[in-house]
Amino acid sequence: MPATAPTFVRREMLPERPPPPLEAGAVRWMRENLFSGWVNTLLTVASLYVVWWILAHVSPWLGNAVWNAGSLSECREILDGVSGACFAVIRDRWHQLLFGFYPPEHYWRPVLALVLLLVALAPVLFSELPRRLLWFSAAYPFVGYFLLWGGSAWLPLLAAAGFGVGYLAWRLTAPGAPLAATVAAFVAPVLWWLFAAPPLLGELRDAVPLGIDFVRSDSIGGFLLSMIIGISAISLSLPLGILLALGRQSDMLFLRSVCIGFIEFIRGVPLITLLFTASLLLNYFLPPGTSFDLVLRVVIMATLFAGAYIAEVVRGGLAALPRGQYEAADALGLDYWKAQRLIIMPQALKISIPGIVNTFIGLFKDTTLVVFIGLLDPVGLSNSIRADTDWNGIYWELFIFIGALFFIFCFSISRYSMYLERKLQKGH
Amino acid sequence: MLLYDTRYRSVTIQIVFLMLFMGAIAWLVDNTITNLAALNKNFSFDFLWESAGYDINQTLIEYDNQMSHGRAMFVGLLNTLLVAVLGCALATVVGVLAGMLRLSKNWLTARLLAVYVEVFRNIPTLLWILIFFAIMTEATPSPREFRGDDPAASMLLGDAVAISNRGVYIPAVEFARGLGTLNLHYFNISLNALAVIGVIALSFYANGRLLAHATRVQNATGVRPVTWWKSVLLLVTPLLVMLYALDAGLDYPALRGFNFGGGTHLRNSLIALTLGLGIYTGAFVAEIVRSGILAVSRGQSEAAAALGLKPNLTMRLVILPQALRIIIPPLISQYLNLTKNTSLALAVGYMDLRSTLGGITINQTGRELEGMMLLMLIYLIISLLISGAMNVYNSRIKLKER
Repeated sequence: MPATAPTFVRREMLPERPPPPLEAGAVRWMRENLFSGWVNTLLTVASLYVVWWILAHVSPWLGNAVWNAGSLSECREILDGVSGACFAVIRDRWHQLLFGFYPPEHYWRPVLALVLLLVALAPVLFSELPRRLLWFSAAYPFVGYFLLWGGSAWLPLLAAAGFGVGYLAWRLTAPGAPLAATVAAFVAPVLWWLFAAPPLLGELRDAVPLGIDFVRSDSIGGFLLSMIIGISAISLSLPLGILLALGRQSDMLFLRSVCIGFIEFIRGVPLITLLFTASLLLNYFLPPGTSFDLVLRVVIMATLFAGAYIAEVVRGGLAALPRGQYEAADALGLDYWKAQRLIIMPQALKISIPGIVNTFIGLFKDTTLVVFIGLLDPVGLSNSIRADTDWNGIYWELFIFIGALFFIFCFSISRYSMYLERKLQKGH
Repeated sequence: MLLYDTRYRSVTIQIVFLMLFMGAIAWLVDNTITNLAALNKNFSFDFLWESAGYDINQTLIEYDNQMSHGRAMFVGLLNTLLVAVLGCALATVVGVLAGMLRLSKNWLTARLLAVYVEVFRNIPTLLWILIFFAIMTEATPSPREFRGDDPAASMLLGDAVAISNRGVYIPAVEFARGLGTLNLHYFNISLNALAVIGVIALSFYANGRLLAHATRVQNATGVRPVTWWKSVLLLVTPLLVMLYALDAGLDYPALRGFNFGGGTHLRNSLIALTLGLGIYTGAFVAEIVRSGILAVSRGQSEAAAALGLKPNLTMRLVILPQALRIIIPPLISQYLNLTKNTSLALAVGYMDLRSTLGGITINQTGRELEGMMLLMLIYLIISLLISGAMNVYNSRIKLKER
């Protein structure tokens, strides 16, 4: 009996059918990411409600924004009872929020200083750029000072010459006595700055009057001031922090206790008390009659403050290095500083990048505290703009502008640190 | 030479350093003495016992302007601690919630919380405090608007809470049958509050004993006795009895004249400071919580799943205990930051330690040096206490490696 042939056998492949509509495309994505259970659905609904609430309150306010008005009352007239933002205040006062009371005819100077800052930072931040640009980065502090404060060009030139003097002293003495060379490299510039430079400055200033208009520190304000304090304190605090961290790790009991005491003291008190010390008490600690610029005092205090935090971050990096690295450096016969420079620090700093960047962002945000000692940072200027009868009672627009400035700055720093971490990642 | 001999090098360097250091200190002290003499000032803390002569708008203990500067300083310290504790509590709640939600599988919620974290982390806390202060003073109705038959604003929660531009008014607890106050010479303690706190503490202690007993029974027999109703009974009944015995009631705020009367008045400055510091620090706490949970290796949750634990039990019994070990140290350092940031109180006129001792007292007595030193010392002590607590905790939870 022959096997009964099956009644039906499919001979050709069926075409692939599209997945069910609930399992494909946007619907599937939504089912998986937004509605995959009652908790998830509830979260989605709550989030949608929050987004809707914010949009419903903010968008008409932003949509009706007035950009052209001379005062808040004028804005209100234009709005005619409708809720709306009055960004005219930004249009009217943006230059103050950015530059403080810097003379308007000299605005090109801070702008140029900022552009040059970016040029100077580029080789530091991105290692692909030619290394020769670093010479400009080294010269930038003097260029930046000259552009922002102005005055005689000889002052920054002579100050910079101090480093040349130090190098010269080192070169001259190095062949004979290495120890004396180190001492000379530190003492010669100090002697230069204290005794040689001031009379020379007077002579040169009289002989060749080279310079631009001097701008007083108290007319510098706004975001410019935050940038000056933030960037100088950031760049000064990194070396200080590294030295403090090394001091704290050192075997020398006395050195270590001084470093620990300093770090714990600075970390234990709020920055604002240090700033008050700078503005109220510094005159007690200095020889009678000496007095120097408030901005400089604040930079010094912010540097000490950030330095203590950086020290702790770097110490964490040092502690995270395996002991073998230190031992390997010893085995290679490197001395302390060479071992630090070539083996320990490159690795320890790499580990501490996130912490260092966080400290920098924190410091930059903390520059707003200078408002309490009477400096006109953006927050201080927002108060003084509000004190004007034209803009009395305006809050949100100013806060949004200042907040956006800080946000852009801090957010880009944190993104850069992520880029750096990825780039330095040597693991697999 | 001393410097090239490894036996003496360290000592030589230290001696040179010591001499430089001592020289610098001597120079500073000498300058200070000269400057003080030039100003006809001496160095003394006598001003702490002189009459302060200024008012403080929020006092947790009794204070009037005839009392001493020392007392004013103490009032300020209590205000600082109050806002620090409130801020830390808020930061923890907000941060833990936000950190957990950022890890949720819900795409929208995770993005929303990421925006919260980035926005709050990247804008100065001073600005946030000012923004919340502006919200409290500018965007809330004035007491006048609560008036009339068809008021523009109304009180919340059944006429119990009033949010106005003069502050937030909440009901206050009142004891009709009071026990009086305990006079401790320097400050008074309300015996009623003490009794209530004592009863709560006792019932928590009893509940702890009950749970410990349940665990013992479970360990011995394998069956955990049902305890939840006993717990509820233990926690609630004594408190209710105590409150009834003291005849406790609520004093509701109500419009009186041009302002609200009765109830407890929470000043705008306190609220703005708490919200500003709490929500700002909450963003940092959220990142700490998130990274702590992510740091627990995947193998742990897979092992828990292999043992048949449900997701929420996995979280509670496996992930969280390990994550906490990573979370707690940075969390406490955030608490420390928040405590130090309370000194921004000045921006909204909250009378904290810095505004009393470091502000008005210094201005009135002209004792900048002493005042600032005392101020720094107090902040330093608070910080050292907190970090000391952290070290104790760290050494207790450290992995016991055998």
